[in-house]
Amino acid sequence: MSTMDALRVAFRAIAANGLRSLLTTLGMVIGVGSVIVLIAVGQGAQKGVQDQIRGLGKDLIFIQPAAPTGNANGGARGAAGAGQTLTSADAEALGTAGIAGLKGVAPQISAVAQVITPSGNQQVTIIGTTPTYPEVRGITVADGNFVTDEDVTQKASVIVLGSDIALTLFPNGDALGSAVRISVGPANVNFNVVGVIQRKGGDGTADAYVYIPVSTIQSRIGFNRNASGQVNVNQINIQAQPNANQTRLIADMTAFLLQRHNVSTADFTIKSQEDLLSTSTEVTRTLSILLGSIAGISLIVGGIGVMNIMLVSVTERTREIGIRRAVGARAKDIVTQFVTEALALCIGGGILGVLVGVGIAVGINGREIASQTMTTVIQPWSIVVAFGVAAGIGALSGSYPAYRASRLDPIQALRTE
Amino acid sequence: MIKVESLSRHYRTGAEVVTALDEVDLEIGRGEFVAIMGASGSGKSTMMNIIGLLDRPTGGRYLFEGHDVGRLDDDTRTRLRGHVFGFVFQQYNLLPRMNAIEQVELPLVYRKVKNRRARAKAALTLVGLGDRMKHLPTEMSGGQQQRVAIARTLVGNPQVVLADEPTGALDTRTGEEVMAILESLVRERGITVILVTHEQTVADHADRIVRMRDGKVVEDTRRAVRAVS
Repeated sequence: MSTMDALRVAFRAIAANGLRSLLTTLGMVIGVGSVIVLIAVGQGAQKGVQDQIRGLGKDLIFIQPAAPTGNANGGARGAAGAGQTLTSADAEALGTAGIAGLKGVAPQISAVAQVITPSGNQQVTIIGTTPTYPEVRGITVADGNFVTDEDVTQKASVIVLGSDIALTLFPNGDALGSAVRISVGPANVNFNVVGVIQRKGGDGTADAYVYIPVSTIQSRIGFNRNASGQVNVNQINIQAQPNANQTRLIADMTAFLLQRHNVSTADFTIKSQEDLLSTSTEVTRTLSILLGSIAGISLIVGGIGVMNIMLVSVTERTREIGIRRAVGARAKDIVTQFVTEALALCIGGGILGVLVGVGIAVGINGREIASQTMTTVIQPWSIVVAFGVAAGIGALSGSYPAYRASRLDPIQALRTE
Repeated sequence: MIKVESLSRHYRTGAEVVTALDEVDLEIGRGEFVAIMGASGSGKSTMMNIIGLLDRPTGGRYLFEGHDVGRLDDDTRTRLRGHVFGFVFQQYNLLPRMNAIEQVELPLVYRKVKNRRARAKAALTLVGLGDRMKHLPTEMSGGQQQRVAIARTLVGNPQVVLADEPTGALDTRTGEEVMAILESLVRERGITVILVTHEQTVADHADRIVRMRDGKVVEDTRRAVRAVS
């Protein structure tokens, strides 16, 4: 029996039981489709988080105050970054200590505030920082200038707007030179817009920040001083030299700060961008594996459906098998016939599943589902794997029923009604 | 051409052993027209299945053209069966959903023969169904279906046609038509035809009648001279 003949017989049998074949195939369609969609969703989540971390800048290391551990009587442990052990002075000292591999230092204090203009208001994150910030965090000023050293010294009321904020508050593009009012809790301060940041795009939120001198936020908005009367910062951004040994750099900075703070246990934490990336990759990889496994199970269930139908088909067509044997079909020809039929069902389902899966993955990309923006990244390998597994399941689930069919005694088969 | 020696066939049904053929000796020459008669359970169908290589003997020898073919493996038996034997069954045994021409092509599909359609057309024309090629079994009468089945055996150029109660499901007139076709195979084409039946009028078409009872041949008569019409 030639391949063409086997295919013709298979398609005829599939067409003869149209609805049944369709329902059987549906199992494979759902299996293959869900593998592609769920892996795309998992990869999309991974890409989203990674983009966000990469969007922070390049070769970054973050130093944050350690979480307050409460007092000796066992007070509650606070959130990371809420401690008050890091100061602007620490940042300055790090910058001038001559630590190998350290390229730039920028301290920051952030707070959530309302920005108010005559035309409206907008909730933003304010970053209080120094002139080194744009270089360290990889942002550029599109219009005007960033916070200057003079601004920091004078605690000037100047503000630089992120591109999205500038666009929202000043749709006509006349942000530069305008006045805005910042309101944080009871504090209300007027600022003069001196610069607008170039749009960065992507998933980073840098476009939604506003920047003011670190000294201004310390003195006029947040009055946070530590036990020794120094004003704290809640993060020091470090940019490493591009090819620096970051492990070494982190160790050096840790030693420097321990000595400077005169403590033996670190009252700060140091994390590199790479640490964040690998942590997030681990989390999202687990998510991907979980999603993929669920989809894989549905693929197996689909395969069981095909096998079930093939067994029914063999039983129903016992007499046909007998007739074919009597006119000269070898056992091998019967195996070929039924395996071809199962393969055709699964490959057909696989092709449809790829179309449906890719369609859904593309369709939900960027759409809001349950107030969350879906990001999907279709992985070509997931298409190959899902399709390959579908074909494999076809061959596998067809071969046992086909073997049973080929083992039928021709005479018994002919006697079957 | 066909020679069986002490041929036996036992079936095991549970603990019991049923003997369908009990040390049968029989020889059939090329071009003979033989009718095997007997009541049901006499072993005539088993005999035919073994001769047609659909079944295997459990004892004795089956020689075809001098070769012992009773012990061949499944694939070799299948190939030999396809090339030498053609079957006609009481229930026609056509495949549903296949039209007449496709039914007739079927044996050629498994032999990977070229110009299948032309050969199938010729065979159908031979049995007088040249105008029914696209008809499905459900669209044909019993006699027409049996003629399709005969065309299906003829398309493979068989040396032996085995017909198991070919007229059993037909009325007398269409039965006669089918018998006329089978008879013409012997007379005009020199094909050996072995017929299993329990109807005397059908058996009377044959040149030789073998009667079986309880798995043994009890009578073997030849018509001496065929009446010239």
